[in-house]
Amino acid sequence: MEMVQAKELVYEYEKRDDEGNVIGMNRAVDGVDIDVKPGQFVAILGHNGSGKSTLAKHINAILVPTGGTMWVNGVDTKNPDELMHVRQSAGMVFQNPDNQIIGTVVEEDVGFGPENLGVPTDEIWTRVEESLKAVGMLEYRTHSPNKLSGGQKQRVAIAGVIAMEPKCIVLDEPTAMLDPNGRKEVISTVQELRKKKQVTVILITHYMEEVIDADQVYVMDGGHIVMHGTPREIFSQVKELKKYRLDVPQVTMLAEELRNRGLDIPRGILRREELVRYVTELKEKEEKSHVN
Amino acid sequence: MSIKLENLNYTYSPGNAYEKHALKNVNLEIPHGQFVGIIGHTGSGKSTLIQHLNGLMKATSGALYYDGKNIYDEGYDMKALRSQVGLVFQYPEHQLFEVDVLTDVCFGPKNQGLSEEECLKRAKEALELVEFPEKYYHQSPFELSGGQKRRAAIAGVLAMKPKVLVLDEPTAGLDPKGRDDILDQIERLHKETGMTVILVSHSMEDIARYVERIIVMNHGEKLFDGMPKEVFAHYKELEQVGLAAPQVTYMMHDLKAQGMDVRTDVTTIEEAADEIMRCFHD
Repeated sequence: MEMVQAKELVYEYEKRDDEGNVIGMNRAVDGVDIDVKPGQFVAILGHNGSGKSTLAKHINAILVPTGGTMWVNGVDTKNPDELMHVRQSAGMVFQNPDNQIIGTVVEEDVGFGPENLGVPTDEIWTRVEESLKAVGMLEYRTHSPNKLSGGQKQRVAIAGVIAMEPKCIVLDEPTAMLDPNGRKEVISTVQELRKKKQVTVILITHYMEEVIDADQVYVMDGGHIVMHGTPREIFSQVKELKKYRLDVPQVTMLAEELRNRGLDIPRGILRREELVRYVTELKEKEEKSHVN
Repeated sequence: MSIKLENLNYTYSPGNAYEKHALKNVNLEIPHGQFVGIIGHTGSGKSTLIQHLNGLMKATSGALYYDGKNIYDEGYDMKALRSQVGLVFQYPEHQLFEVDVLTDVCFGPKNQGLSEEECLKRAKEALELVEFPEKYYHQSPFELSGGQKRRAAIAGVLAMKPKVLVLDEPTAGLDPKGRDDILDQIERLHKETGMTVILVSHSMEDIARYVERIIVMNHGEKLFDGMPKEVFAHYKELEQVGLAAPQVTYMMHDLKAQGMDVRTDVTTIEEAADEIMRCFHD
């Protein structure tokens, strides 16, 4: 069974003028199919306003489709009786942690989710501790969240979701405000969770570097899925991506630049080690041909 | 029009449990017209630092000279300082509030006491500077895309004609094209108007591409201060304080370690490509 599956998903809302009269319909998501298998790491890319956040909000039934269907862990999100089930299966982390932190002390905030799920008190504390440890915020457990920096708050928000032990975590630009180490830490935390607990991860991001380990990448534009493939397949198409206001990792761009300047390097290089290997091999070849 | 900080200290919540020495003896001089980048991990003091530059926060001790005058002297005209040093906060679009874009951009100059006519002129100039499309001038700022909102918000500060423009993470949350567009525009503004630009960013790649000088903050102290090449040469120390060098800088170090004769003080894609190609044309 798929962890998350969308079939011809449409989300349409009414556009209104100042007086509240309907002046038209807007399709934020238009006929989207996605399949996410349990334990997969799936990335969704797309420019601001391409519909990716709207799509993401369907995964834990904040929004329900106006057309087509979204199944989460086999459950149709349109079924109101299954709402709690859907929300327990899929946890969501948003871009702005200020909108999702409610506790006055870090550990209370993290405990809020499991408490709502009716987890026994002893276990709540175990989960709180584990989750805070996983995001590197354990030493702040008794601090007030509003005294934390943006990056620290975001890690607390992630801990809050982890504490509910969902099968699937949807992260909507979780690293937009973090420094390089914070970004690395959040991404590797998410990866760890995936390996240790087989959590399915759906990551929405504007940082192309965060996507290179994904099992599959979806690119959205105008509410549609316009590209779908492995990171290598996607990042091989530099021009196509730029058309959709996106980018490629800096290493991929450097490889592309070297290719344009005549070096025989394949498209879709994702990692530094790969490019170093190609460049040094070419250099060795060149030296040999000089000797001959 | 230089900005000079002398032994600047700032302590949050002094005397209570959350006391935090956020700026420690910062000494710094930014001459007029420079394009400066400030980097530092979250909580390193960069936002605290920039909020001192227009007197929004007052140092616990030390002096801040703007154009040779200590802004902490009695009778210093803080209002004048604030129109000279324009501060664009993180997510500045959260501060948009007026009924339409043009009125919103007029808010700053209106507060400076300028006539309505002058305000409108300034607002239009500012919107043109950030290449904000004229057809949206009379639209509600809340109906704009993320990139356009941010442009409108930056225009709101530019309309006050500051001599110094300070931007705290102006590209946070924007898509890659939006990021490039905003930074290209800031660069052009810097070139065309000659204003001082101080850019706080978490993207080492962006910083390397645009600024002429980098100031690295760590635990409230100035850790490094120099040209991008000089600062990113300390990539190991930068990693220890939660930062990094641009990917291409690492790439050059890797190539060097593999025995290729390349320079490692490279910080942009173009420089890296030039340097690698040089090895092949020898």
